Amino acid sequence: MDFMVFQYPMITIQACLDGILLGVLFALIAYGMALQWGVMNIINIAQGDLVILGGYIAYFMYLYGIHPAWGVIVSPIIMYFVGVGIYKLVINKVVDRDLFISILATFGISILFMQLMNFAFGADVVLANSGYGTTFLFDSNVVLPNSKIFSAFISIVFAICLVVYMKKSKLGRAIRATAQNARAAKILGVDTEKVYAATFGINAALCGVAGALISITFTIHPYMGLPYTIRSFMIVIVAGLGNLPGVAMSGMGLGVFEEFADYLLGTEFRIGSVFLLLVLILVYRRFKLSRKREYLK
Amino acid sequence: MKINKIILSFISAVAILLSTSVVSFAKVVGDKIVLGAAISLTGKYSSNGVHTQNGYNMAVDRINSMGGVKVGGKTYKFEIIYYDDESNPKRAAQLAERLISQDGVEFMLGPYSSGLTKAIAPVTEKYGVPMVEANGASRSLFTKGYKYLFAVLAPANLYLDVAIETAVELNGGKGVRIAQAFEQDAFSQDVRLGILDAAERTGSEIIIDDKLPKELNDMAATLVKVKQMKPDVLVVSGHTKGALTAIRQIAEMKVDVPMLAMTHCDAAKLSKQHGKNSQYALCASQWHKSLTYKDNFFKDGMTYAADFEKEFGYDPPYQSAESSAALLVFKDAFERANSFDKKKVRDALAKTNMQTFYGNIKFAPGGQNVDKPMVLFQVMCDGSGKCENKVVAPLKWASAKLIHPIPKWSER
Repeated sequence: MDFMVFQYPMITIQACLDGILLGVLFALIAYGMALQWGVMNIINIAQGDLVILGGYIAYFMYLYGIHPAWGVIVSPIIMYFVGVGIYKLVINKVVDRDLFISILATFGISILFMQLMNFAFGADVVLANSGYGTTFLFDSNVVLPNSKIFSAFISIVFAICLVVYMKKSKLGRAIRATAQNARAAKILGVDTEKVYAATFGINAALCGVAGALISITFTIHPYMGLPYTIRSFMIVIVAGLGNLPGVAMSGMGLGVFEEFADYLLGTEFRIGSVFLLLVLILVYRRFKLSRKREYLK
Repeated sequence: MKINKIILSFISAVAILLSTSVVSFAKVVGDKIVLGAAISLTGKYSSNGVHTQNGYNMAVDRINSMGGVKVGGKTYKFEIIYYDDESNPKRAAQLAERLISQDGVEFMLGPYSSGLTKAIAPVTEKYGVPMVEANGASRSLFTKGYKYLFAVLAPANLYLDVAIETAVELNGGKGVRIAQAFEQDAFSQDVRLGILDAAERTGSEIIIDDKLPKELNDMAATLVKVKQMKPDVLVVSGHTKGALTAIRQIAEMKVDVPMLAMTHCDAAKLSKQHGKNSQYALCASQWHKSLTYKDNFFKDGMTYAADFEKEFGYDPPYQSAESSAALLVFKDAFERANSFDKKKVRDALAKTNMQTFYGNIKFAPGGQNVDKPMVLFQVMCDGSGKCENKVVAPLKWASAKLIHPIPKWSER
């Protein structure tokens, strides 16, 4: 173990800031997952692949000489329709079946997307250069790439927009009503079929935004989706459904946790530590549940 | 009814037997020498798989059009049966099995990557089928005592030790402080072993020794440590992901380090994807077109690169050049063996000692090529931001002078 991260306060600050900026981005992806999980009771294994697809849209804009930051606008629009398309083709056939069926279906979609992206875009690792500079803090002991700050900022903007939309708009209200009780909503005249399609579309659009941001800050590759799925799953598990502040907090928490795991255990355990944490939390939740059940008896 | 069934299954069994026995004489059909290869045409290695295939095809066309292979007074032409291994080791092993036992191939070309070569080697060894491979550099391939495996490339542990030696030399023969980050795969870990050897030999000290995950896209933590500890050399190996991530984050975090050495720069199209940010990076390469090795088929590196570009539309990466060289080695071995007997061809391969446009080729008992040093090139950019790879070490082949130490970000 390497305790450097605690020996130098500057490194501690660096790790925390890096983690928070990263966590906000994770939280955006997780929010999409929480939304469709809550409304449609579907765990979307293809979440990460939608993110990567969104990233490729920004990358192709960059290739054609458009600044990749515009991908933040274009990518969600395209991805919304991709999402609605997936819903109409596959998800509407599994939406009222049990969770296991939907996991299988989205797992299939995930494999299909990976292979299609590999086929269409090639197996090269690519990235889009934003040309944003660097911010130096504390006598340049802490460095923050502006692209990371940009992506955190955009994530927050989109999250706020979404919350407002959910509260104020007609569709937002319909989505919330369906989440509470789909049958009752249907009886009261909500077209749940439309609501489901829109929800899946909105989730895909959020993935599109996140993907564009990831192509600016990190790298993209057809097979890199799974870690994003796992992270968002983990965040939603911790925060619970329909709890946006919870999602934001647990996203940032996960980001910081990853950074510290990286310093303490080594970069090789970065993703591994997320899996480990997931297992621990699932075990803990089960334990808590079983205690509750005993109490009820 | 029952008898019908029995007769039917008997006939189909005979048919299957016949069909396999007919093709199992397919190693040399008419005037064709049939070679087999499992290549990653889809999956995560597909881009390098295609480079490999293009290299093979280029050499087959060239050798065939220049008179083919002369064995026993007769002229033969090369032909390759390709299968797509989907970048999957299990599939590659199955396909090798299929090539040998169903298609009757008796001579194999290697797949792309160390991992897939490792999967295929036990199969070719079992059947005593000579395999010349051009894209598996992992050291562990050459320590297993394989008799039928020959690699035209230098083993992975030699990739970056030239960099350490150069750094020590520039430091006046004194040891240097090394920071290193390697992905956890067979190839990168072998590169790491090479660095450890070089460090011990030169009395250098390793102050950061990080491992990178397969899903690597953030190495900020390693770079923060580098910023604090100020090593003399930073070594990174993590395939194209590693090279791209390292350059992006080094530039964004303005990490100053006197020497930066990496692998897979040209596969990552570093200078194209990162432009000036990649300037001064040192890259290990098996081959560079400016080297002056010669042969009768491709003349030299420059001519090879020009011909390759004309045919496939891009500058050949070293993966293509070494794949082409594999065919030259086979041709040479067939002619010296003057036979298609697997054992005789194997013995001829073991005695190979030749120069190709790609480099000198001479195999050690383990099968690795010991006669071709690695080269290091440095990314150099001109004022307009156009970047090029120039060979800087070893000195014998250098076409430009190494820029050392790398200028600080604040001075660029």
